Amino acid sequence: MKAHLSRRYRFSASHRLHSEQMSDAENRATYGKCNNPHGHGHNYVLEVTVGGPVDKNGMVCNLSDLDACVHRQVVTKFDLENLNMREEFTDTVPTTENLCTVIFDLLNQDILKRKFTQAHLERVRLEETMMNAFEFSNYEIR
Amino acid sequence: MFGKCNNPNGHGHNYVLEVTVKGEVDARSGFVVDLKQLKETMNREVLDAMDHRFLNKEVPEFATRIPTTENLAIAIWQRLAPKLTKAKLHRVRVYENHDLFVDFYGEE
Repeated sequence: MKAHLSRRYRFSASHRLHSEQMSDAENRATYGKCNNPHGHGHNYVLEVTVGGPVDKNGMVCNLSDLDACVHRQVVTKFDLENLNMREEFTDTVPTTENLCTVIFDLLNQDILKRKFTQAHLERVRLEETMMNAFEFSNYEIR
Repeated sequence: MFGKCNNPNGHGHNYVLEVTVKGEVDARSGFVVDLKQLKETMNREVLDAMDHRFLNKEVPEFATRIPTTENLAIAIWQRLAPKLTKAKLHRVRVYENHDLFVDFYGEE
């Protein structure tokens, strides 16, 4: 039988929302306070959902393997970093939408490469604040 | 395999169960489901059997299966699904803690 397991992780990072394709005035109008030249930070909460068959041990995925994957692909790369300086955002603005898709790809590639679970990555949900969250999934929202 | 969760003396969780049902909105009542009936069903089928109990020893489903949160979500689904008449069970979500939860949609 197929079940979905979700786990929440935390990391903190700074960013500045500024697009090279817009004028300064347009950037200010589009991003408002988030365009502050000195940047600002968030305490992100990342919710990772994997789905797959429940194995003979009663598990969808071994939690320590999933924790190691998220630590390797997300926490060590982004925690206490300036996202604008990261190679993942040389061509894109580090909005939380874009961070969400970057994280989805990083985790997905790691799961496919290391094959530590039969489960597949279903969804990544990233909370920027208690009031804002963004999701990216490889299946249609139910 | 199970790490600290394999402690021979067991351990406990304050589980949170979230049940989602779906169906047509009844034209007279405006309800998808009668909440009072749903609550009674949940109490009878799940809470009476599982609350303050040692899952391994007191809940029959776990005589043969390991009481992981995955298997707990499946067991709860199997208890509730046949008891719901008008609305259908859509999702069972079991939080083991705030940062870890399992969803089961009844998929084979």
